[in-house]
Amino acid sequence: MALKTTMTKDPILKVEHLSMRFGGLMAINDFSFEAERGEITALIGPNGAGKTTVFNCVTGFYKPTMGMITMKQRSGKEFLLERLPDFEITKHAKVARTFQNIRMFSGLTVLENLLVAQHNKLMQASGYTILGLLGFPAYRQATKESLELAKHWLEMASLTDRADDPAGDLPYGAQRRLEIARAMCTGPELLCLDEPAAGLNPRESLALNELLQAIRRDTGTSILLIEHDMSVVMEISDHVVVLEYGQKISDGNPEFVKHDPKVIAAYLGVEDEEVEEVIEEIEEIESEQGGINP
Amino acid sequence: MEYFIQQLVNGLTLGSIYGMIAIGYTMVYGIIGMINFAHGDIFMLGGFAALIVFLVLTSFLAGVPVVLALLLMMIVGMLAAALWNWTIERVAYRPLRGSFRLAPLITAIGMSIVLSNFIQVTQGPRNKPIPPLVSSVYNVFGIAISLKQIVIVVITAILLSVFWYIVNRTPLGRAQRATEQDRKMAALLGVDVDRTISVTFIMGAALAAVAGTMYLMYYGVVVFTDGFVPGVKAFTAAVLGGIGSLPGAVLGGLLIGLIESLWSAYFTIDYKDVATFSILAIVLIFKPSGILGRPEVEKV
Repeated sequence: MALKTTMTKDPILKVEHLSMRFGGLMAINDFSFEAERGEITALIGPNGAGKTTVFNCVTGFYKPTMGMITMKQRSGKEFLLERLPDFEITKHAKVARTFQNIRMFSGLTVLENLLVAQHNKLMQASGYTILGLLGFPAYRQATKESLELAKHWLEMASLTDRADDPAGDLPYGAQRRLEIARAMCTGPELLCLDEPAAGLNPRESLALNELLQAIRRDTGTSILLIEHDMSVVMEISDHVVVLEYGQKISDGNPEFVKHDPKVIAAYLGVEDEEVEEVIEEIEEIESEQGGINP
Repeated sequence: MEYFIQQLVNGLTLGSIYGMIAIGYTMVYGIIGMINFAHGDIFMLGGFAALIVFLVLTSFLAGVPVVLALLLMMIVGMLAAALWNWTIERVAYRPLRGSFRLAPLITAIGMSIVLSNFIQVTQGPRNKPIPPLVSSVYNVFGIAISLKQIVIVVITAILLSVFWYIVNRTPLGRAQRATEQDRKMAALLGVDVDRTISVTFIMGAALAAVAGTMYLMYYGVVVFTDGFVPGVKAFTAAVLGGIGSLPGAVLGGLLIGLIESLWSAYFTIDYKDVATFSILAIVLIFKPSGILGRPEVEKV
């Protein structure tokens, strides 16, 4: 937290006083945080803390009971996400997301999955299909560009050789990467990933880390992610927000959060007197992992 | 043998018409999982629009070339049917999209009745005949093939290729297939799902209207109840071929056309519908997802 104060702040996403109620259950209660532009922000917390609910509010799946979600684009344009219908969130606000349980168009090929993500651009260029059928050059040009973008992301996700297979046939880890590649094909400024490392083996997890870091490095896309896998969180995120029972309990850089006794107690479910032990354990685990991935 | 081939030709023609209607059923089912029972009446309405165009042409512009007349009939029919189907979707189905499955089904039946009654009231309940538009018949190795049969099969083939191209090779078709598989996800990727669904209704209606025009040309008569039986048969064709599958709809249409004409040729014509639907029942017992349908496999 101390590190942040010296930098000039330019948040891409500002969530203010967000509350979400499902009947009698207050899933999110007065939750505020900011995600900085060009950073990887991680949202962590125990099961049922409300992380996915926050995501669903940000990406238009839910209409929040209260609160304001402001997305500020590079151009300076601002969008109030809680007011936009879902398809406009991708189209205009440039927010893309992935899901905890992968939602692939499994009957479409890998390449087609990436092309669907560029639908608006292509639709416009093809004059809502009519001009496209007549073979107008603008449409061909747009098709070529989309294919190139799709191929670029296929390569980034190391899926080039599977381009024409049905997406449903890919192994789990590859589907995860494809889902991220697909989200990137919409040209987002903010990429929201819901547990990208869930169910991945260590090698796939490593490939995922590389992909995410490459995305940030090459495109400057800001990333907001929910993650359980602490090795992923600690290794790649710049900023961690911790949620418990719908409320924020900690907010800062990974070092700070890791040693925050409240987080340790909440996240690992231990009593205060055991906190020291847990910190040692974490460090042990980390040094072991440091051996695997230099 | 010649008799058999003759019946094949007749069946193929009839089957083309069924196939064109069946595509509308199958596409709408594919994209929103409902049966648009008003689709048969959209087909009938297309026929009526073509009839009106024909009457206008013959009374005001005598001597219009037949090709041009047919083309105009088709285009106006397509526009009218598309407009109707779009409106039906917009006012009767879209507001019910989130509700339980039976609700849009019931409105669809309601819309079907509305449409046929509307035509009955505005156009009269009697058969509406037209003089034959194309009457040449060719004799190929002892088989009589009429020009209108050729026109029907050729137009069907052309339209189906255009359709296949749109669905498989254009951004619109990709969006339709994506919406079919996961509507919410498609929306999240920026696909305007409502518009994609509307376009699907428009495309289905346009094809049905072409089928309606062909039907009018083939039989030379159209009546307000014509939406029902051909509609049900086209729906049967879609189910037989595997609902949700485009090639399935065409295949189903051709099969039903062939079954009908061959049954009428060799057995009693009174039982042709009994035969058609019995075969449907038998096929569905052994292959519940239809001939080309994807069986629903749930991955666990």
